[in-house]
Amino acid sequence: MFIEPFINNEFLRLSLAAGILVAVTCAIAGTFVVLRGLAFVGDALAHGVLPGIATAMLLGVSGIFGAAVGALVMMGGVSLVSRRFRLSGDTAIGLLFVGMLALGVMITSRSRTFVGDLSRILFGELLGVNSTDLLLQLLALVIVAIIAFVSRRPFLLLSVDEGLANTSGFSTRVFHNAMLTMIAITVVASFQTVGTLLVLGMLIAPAATGALFARRISTMMLIATLVGSASTYIGLLISYHFNLAAGASIVLTAVFIFAIVATFTEIKKSLTDRQTDEHEHQHSHSGAHVR
Amino acid sequence: MSSQTMRSIKTEQLGVGYTKFPVVDNISLSLEPGALLVLIGTNGSGKSTILKTMAGLLAPISGSLEILSTPSGSLPKRVAYLPQHPVSTHTLPLRVRDVVAMGRFAHLGLFRRPSTNDRLIVDRSMQRTGIDPQANKPIRDLSGGQQQRTHLAQVLTRQAEILLLDEPTAGLDINGRKLVADLIASERARGVTVVMATHELQDAENANTVMLLAQRVVSIGPPDVALRDEYLRECFGFTQPH
Repeated sequence: MFIEPFINNEFLRLSLAAGILVAVTCAIAGTFVVLRGLAFVGDALAHGVLPGIATAMLLGVSGIFGAAVGALVMMGGVSLVSRRFRLSGDTAIGLLFVGMLALGVMITSRSRTFVGDLSRILFGELLGVNSTDLLLQLLALVIVAIIAFVSRRPFLLLSVDEGLANTSGFSTRVFHNAMLTMIAITVVASFQTVGTLLVLGMLIAPAATGALFARRISTMMLIATLVGSASTYIGLLISYHFNLAAGASIVLTAVFIFAIVATFTEIKKSLTDRQTDEHEHQHSHSGAHVR
Repeated sequence: MSSQTMRSIKTEQLGVGYTKFPVVDNISLSLEPGALLVLIGTNGSGKSTILKTMAGLLAPISGSLEILSTPSGSLPKRVAYLPQHPVSTHTLPLRVRDVVAMGRFAHLGLFRRPSTNDRLIVDRSMQRTGIDPQANKPIRDLSGGQQQRTHLAQVLTRQAEILLLDEPTAGLDINGRKLVADLIASERARGVTVVMATHELQDAENANTVMLLAQRVVSIGPPDVALRDEYLRECFGFTQPH
């Protein structure tokens, strides 16, 4: 029940491999997305790729190239907007993102198989991945890992404070763009698996789960990898046994894991707080605080 | 001033601000190694803007500014800056030790691995600010004062020749304030030039130079000159109780 589906079906094995590659890529990029509070920018990038993919599909070329072009355009837009509109960045990025989404839907509506194409782009088509897709996803993982490794110090400084990155001798602009590039590559590599609408879930839910109790960034990334991979495996099983959409099952599992861990962390925290309060209360009664 | 005398910080007719309109202008000063300049003024008087400009986060609007004979912001290994409200580290999964070690990044660059010496500097800096017992705790579990000690330790790991400190005593109790005064004294003793912004007049006691600010330079000079009653009245609207 838990392993046979993967032994008996090659497409499921391929899907699992693709899902795990995406989970690891998302764990690396997602850690910095969560640390730096870039969820909204990540979402915008994910939607920015839509017109690119739609155009590629109309022209009959691989969606991944269209996604890459869309991501580049969106990155330029986000980068420009975040430099220009410091205070109203959210508004400007929000407009960019719905603009690109609308453009994507408009282009897709030219296609005869409009609804099918749109749902494929938005929610992914994990069960249809082939070995070429896997290779591309592996390549994306390698590039994302290299960017994250090389830029780990400036990325950490940026997450804490942009000024700190600057006064430590790292160009804020260069490494901000490096971070956007890393997120864009992750989105492009993941859209086929979980779709542009759901990729944000894979970027954020596993990393946020890690952030709940990790004490170090490396631990957070490791937890994100484990949660993402486990969600892929569980999501695929649910999808197989109950005949549900694969990408959505995976993302929902990841969000569910976050919710469970968040609940436990909160309960543990309130218990610890109560113990501390009682401890202090006893101390004040025993005269330890007598002035 | 003889041309041989080394100047740590030198400004001439410097204007600072966020747009082309200066918050403060006409700042002319010259600091030697080991000097302490204390910037005093109310909120919005321009203290932080001056420090940010010296740190290289803001470009000078007018006039000239030289830090160790170079334009500001070009010597990250030799200049350390403590911002006024350092950071949102409380939400990040970082231990105190990790936050302090970030001060070494300017020296390590992208690739160099931290050496035993780097780790020693980190340990020593945590001991100096008294945060070493909390070294392995997540910074988000610490009090405001303990977080400030962590950020002070981070600044010390830079082993800089110039320290730019924006309200370093904020959130600290009386022991913490004494600690900051002692740290500044020991850094100055090894030739470090310190520029500190503060609300507290007593922080100016040991300064070589005090600058009273109210969106302009109200007075500048040794404490007994710059803090005269008429200047204090002009700056704050009251005088120092004697």
